[in-house]
Amino acid sequence: MAQKQTLFDKLWSAHEIVRREDGESLLWVDRHYVHEGSFHAFGKVAERRAAVAEPDLTFAVADHYVPTRGSRRNIANPEIARMVRQLEDNAATHGIRLFGLDDPRQGIVHVVGPEQGLTLPGLLIVCGDSHTSTHGALGAYAFGIGASEVAHVLMTQTIWQRKPKRMRITIDGQVTPGVAAKDIALAIIAKITADGATGHAIEYAGSAISALSIEGRLTLCNMSIEAGARCGMIAPDAKTFEYIGGRPFAPKDPAFAQAVEAWSELMSDDGAEFDREVQLDGTEIVPIVTWGTSPQHALPVAAAVPDPDKEPDPACANDLRDALNYMGLRAGTKLTDIAIDRVFIGSCTNARIEDLRAAAVVLAGRVSKVPGLVSPGSSAVKRQAEQEGLDRIFREAGLEWGESGCSMCVGINGDIVAPGERCASTTNRNFRGRQGPGARTHLMSPAMVAAAAVSGHLADVRPLLAGRKP
Amino acid sequence: MEKFTRLSAAACPVDAANLNTDQILPARYLKWPRSAGLGKVLFQDLRFDPDGRERADFPLNRPAWRDAKIVVGGRNFGCGSSREAAVYALYDYGIRCVIAPSFGDIFFGNSIQNGLLPAIADDEVAAELIATLKDTPDLPVTVDLEQQTILCGNRRYPFKIDPSCRLRLLNGWDDIAMTGSFRDKIAAFKKEDASRRPWVRPAPAS
Repeated sequence: MAQKQTLFDKLWSAHEIVRREDGESLLWVDRHYVHEGSFHAFGKVAERRAAVAEPDLTFAVADHYVPTRGSRRNIANPEIARMVRQLEDNAATHGIRLFGLDDPRQGIVHVVGPEQGLTLPGLLIVCGDSHTSTHGALGAYAFGIGASEVAHVLMTQTIWQRKPKRMRITIDGQVTPGVAAKDIALAIIAKITADGATGHAIEYAGSAISALSIEGRLTLCNMSIEAGARCGMIAPDAKTFEYIGGRPFAPKDPAFAQAVEAWSELMSDDGAEFDREVQLDGTEIVPIVTWGTSPQHALPVAAAVPDPDKEPDPACANDLRDALNYMGLRAGTKLTDIAIDRVFIGSCTNARIEDLRAAAVVLAGRVSKVPGLVSPGSSAVKRQAEQEGLDRIFREAGLEWGESGCSMCVGINGDIVAPGERCASTTNRNFRGRQGPGARTHLMSPAMVAAAAVSGHLADVRPLLAGRKP
Repeated sequence: MEKFTRLSAAACPVDAANLNTDQILPARYLKWPRSAGLGKVLFQDLRFDPDGRERADFPLNRPAWRDAKIVVGGRNFGCGSSREAAVYALYDYGIRCVIAPSFGDIFFGNSIQNGLLPAIADDEVAAELIATLKDTPDLPVTVDLEQQTILCGNRRYPFKIDPSCRLRLLNGWDDIAMTGSFRDKIAAFKKEDASRRPWVRPAPAS
């Protein structure tokens, strides 16, 4: 009898070209996404006077540096303009399809890939960006790589990898209203810590995961890297196939039917072994916010800022003290007493249409007590949101309705949080200085950011949902 | 790529867990070409205050560690963003080896690609090295990749490194050249895969 395989084992073996004696394998890459930051890699290709091996499997998206407020075409900062132009030039030189500034399909690469039907179950997908783990939500093996590896993929369409260990995170039990995929992700990271999944490929399973929409699954897999995982994935199901059908680059019938047949095999066999198993109870997960400078610094919104003096391990106590100091917080303060200066709704984690709807439900008819920016995950999401009138809700609440890009998640397009300012944010990293030097970031779901906006401080969204249809 | 065999140098303790690549190289320097000198902005916001003055308490600013070629860090060193420029910044500053109990996976891979040794030491070893160096900043540390040992004062510690990564660093091997020798296998895979998974190629956009 054939050995029982996990979903990850199946994806791995479908891409293995050769395995060396030392245990490293050469894997075939089905999709390679590049962005403005990939310029080091294109430079390496040019140095070798090499060609891009498979331009048809390579897609370029302008996202990291594109302006998300004000004019898109006349970029004031010449260095930022150069970053966008460089990508356009490299794409043109190598015959790579580009979703550039003016393209209606432009957006954040991890939103655009699934949206355009480029990301499919069973694919091996790489991109020079750590949040490539996002695409695993459709049952793909997707992971972030560095510039040297990007260059290697450009030149060979392959990548050397050592097989990671396999971890399954099972969450059974339905989450309660007001609890989002982001809360599930933060609950996991709080439990296993920011390096709890280092060297592992995560498979998310259980009834709480099956119940998530595809967009919720994208949020969850996106955050896998914040637990240190190589990748995160969810076995594709009927929801997945329905999501993909009819998207621009997805297979068309009869190929689609054939694909669905193949994709239906993509699940862990009963009894397949994992190197590590983690369980959470979905019914116990509540809205969560981060208070510190690592995504593992996450607590239920009703909790208080932790006290380093109560931490038995001196190294951990020091880390907590450093985090509190940077965040300008005192031990014991109730999280809901933390006043905020601004909000940001955006990023590859939480800027899809369902995220914007979830925030709009809370904001409708209310006014934000602080300024804020809403940056849709893609130009297509922007159009959809405007059709639904969500832009009006955001504007009437006093928030700025922007264009699509990485924006204030990483702050390299010029949209930053000022030094010392505290931002409630739907993004993925609350690292020191992530949203700008000296910026203080609190991570949470889109609905929770909306709740913070109308409250002026961190707040539990659930009472604000009373009488409102989600 | 420069080979790594053995290195004796000052070792700078950076005593923090989860030191992410945003701290190693803040995002605003990612648009710099490497030729602009990324070493000078290594750990920029930890090393310098907003006015550009050195922060006296950051270890790399201490005279004994200013010219360190080795960094001893905490768990999950280099987690976060995939930016390879974080490794360029370390390397171009002069750092050739980071010793830590664990590394972010992508940072680890990027280090191997650039001839920077990510040496995995047990938690207790890393903690002891950090304590020793804080007491005796001038103590040189010797990292021997062939022997997989760290010598600090009269104490010798083992470290872990994946055998294939070790060979790459010892020989300064280049992946692209190595992959070239598998060209036929890649072509055969591509051909066979096209019939096995005909749905993989992106459909013409509708």
